[in-house]
Amino acid sequence: MRILTVIKQVPDSNATIKVLDGGSGIDTAGLKLVLNPFDEYGVEQAVQLKEKRSDVEEVVVLTLGGQKASEILRTALAMGADRAIHVCEEGLDPRDELAWAEVAAAAIGRDERGFDVILTGKQTIDNDAGEAGPALAELLDLPHVGAVGSLEFAEDGRSFKARRRVEGAEEVVQCSLPAVITCEKGLVEPRYPSLPNLMKAKRKPVDKLTLTDLAGVGGATPGVSFVSIAPPPPKPPCKLVEGEPEEMARELARLLREEAKVV
Amino acid sequence: MGNDILVFIEQREGKILPASLQLMTVAKELAAGTDGSVVACLIGSGVDALADTVAGHGAHKVYLVDDPGLERYSALAYTKALCAAIKAADAKAVLLATTFMSRDLAPRVAIRAKAGLATDCTEVEFDGDKLNVTTPLYCGKALGSFSLATDVLKLVSIRPNTYVAGEPDAAVTADRQAVAVLLDDKDRRVTTTELVRGGGGVKDVTEADVVVSGGRSLKKEENFQILEELAGVLDGAVGASRAAVDAGYQPHSRQVGLTGKVVTPVLYIACGIDGAIQHLAGMRGSKVIVAVNTKAEAPIFSVATYGCVADLFTMVPLLPDEFRRLKG
Repeated sequence: MRILTVIKQVPDSNATIKVLDGGSGIDTAGLKLVLNPFDEYGVEQAVQLKEKRSDVEEVVVLTLGGQKASEILRTALAMGADRAIHVCEEGLDPRDELAWAEVAAAAIGRDERGFDVILTGKQTIDNDAGEAGPALAELLDLPHVGAVGSLEFAEDGRSFKARRRVEGAEEVVQCSLPAVITCEKGLVEPRYPSLPNLMKAKRKPVDKLTLTDLAGVGGATPGVSFVSIAPPPPKPPCKLVEGEPEEMARELARLLREEAKVV
Repeated sequence: MGNDILVFIEQREGKILPASLQLMTVAKELAAGTDGSVVACLIGSGVDALADTVAGHGAHKVYLVDDPGLERYSALAYTKALCAAIKAADAKAVLLATTFMSRDLAPRVAIRAKAGLATDCTEVEFDGDKLNVTTPLYCGKALGSFSLATDVLKLVSIRPNTYVAGEPDAAVTADRQAVAVLLDDKDRRVTTTELVRGGGGVKDVTEADVVVSGGRSLKKEENFQILEELAGVLDGAVGASRAAVDAGYQPHSRQVGLTGKVVTPVLYIACGIDGAIQHLAGMRGSKVIVAVNTKAEAPIFSVATYGCVADLFTMVPLLPDEFRRLKG
């Protein structure tokens, strides 16, 4: 079994996002970048499969992005991945997830033997769109199961059973391999890479590619184009309800009914 | 490409997802700008029974992709089905509610149908044949404006509760059109074998119009009973902050936040939640937010519509009776 995890570098969830004047983008100076937390579950799941099963040949991680993205490859290698592929291009638009999936699919297509399991996060916390995983599966002509909360692989390594949460219920899904799986929180608990493993990760192979190494990507006019970005409109200030608890409860109920008209 | 706006009506076990019907409201606005009509599609097994309801909400035509193999959602079969409906309708744009299903389905359909895709939009309008949309980015810390090109099919998912569903006309009979789809073994590589309903009738935080959430300051699991009672009166769901879930007071399925569920109810009542960024990311899209917290400086008050600087243990138990009284 060969396993690939596709990962992306994104701003930390606690980072302050400062929109540039004119709305052309965000200020990246000093912005803390991390391995997308949902992709981190994918790395952990891949490494755990290798630790638990005797038939896992290798765990590979793939990312797209500029030079700086090599940081998250280092993290993933320190968590236990065997080698990495880096499509190293500064100009890739992180907002166009379908184009991102297309580049990822082309990079995966270079591997002639193919991967049995392709893991990635259910979404990246920059765009919160979650388009890349299912789009990647479609481009590779593979089935996929999205937002997976638990996984059970068959002993023969040819299929798996997954549970995925949906509104008010859970779907139990059966899927053959090869397939793409996108990871939800709770699937696994990612490990912290130890210092010795971080040192070892420096010696693991990273295959660097550029778009010119990839056949048939780019050139197509994007269906969606970015126009601008803006800070969210300021919320009107909070209306404080005052008084003793009894008065407060009565007034709040009245406001919700008569002013906000929501109950 | 025609001029019609196709609305994907999501159903599970014969029940229409309410957020799908909200789409009819914006579809009508969009169709007025394209000189087209609002049409809808239903995918499933035995979905014919739902067609009149959909027509009652304003669909001029209902495309039905009905096959035993579509009884439950699965990525490949539904991709094929929706692509067939889009082709039959010759749609200009397709609207979906942002749900677990559409997030799973729409990217595949976009690739297969060579469409432009915008996910989780909060604003959408035609500018000539171009479609301009707004979507929250970076957990709602910014808003992105995007434009879907003139000459491509446009696939747009819209955040639930962004629009209000109109009053249905019960007397309408749908103009039905069956759409054939031939599912093969390749489509059956992935199948949903079971749909497990959790919680015995308790509403899920992503579905309820009202969510009452608690934080770690609830101190123990039993104290969530206070919130259960309030949620019960308001026909709502109970949610929890990450801290409360990590402390074991509530299951992860109820966690609201970046690593839990993103909710956009009409009313969100945060009890004893300070408002960490990751929690705000999961609920700031709610229409009306109430914060009850002893700390006046807690960040939750910066997103709240109404704030009560009070001890939740004293104040919240009084609310159910107040609402009962108001509701008569």
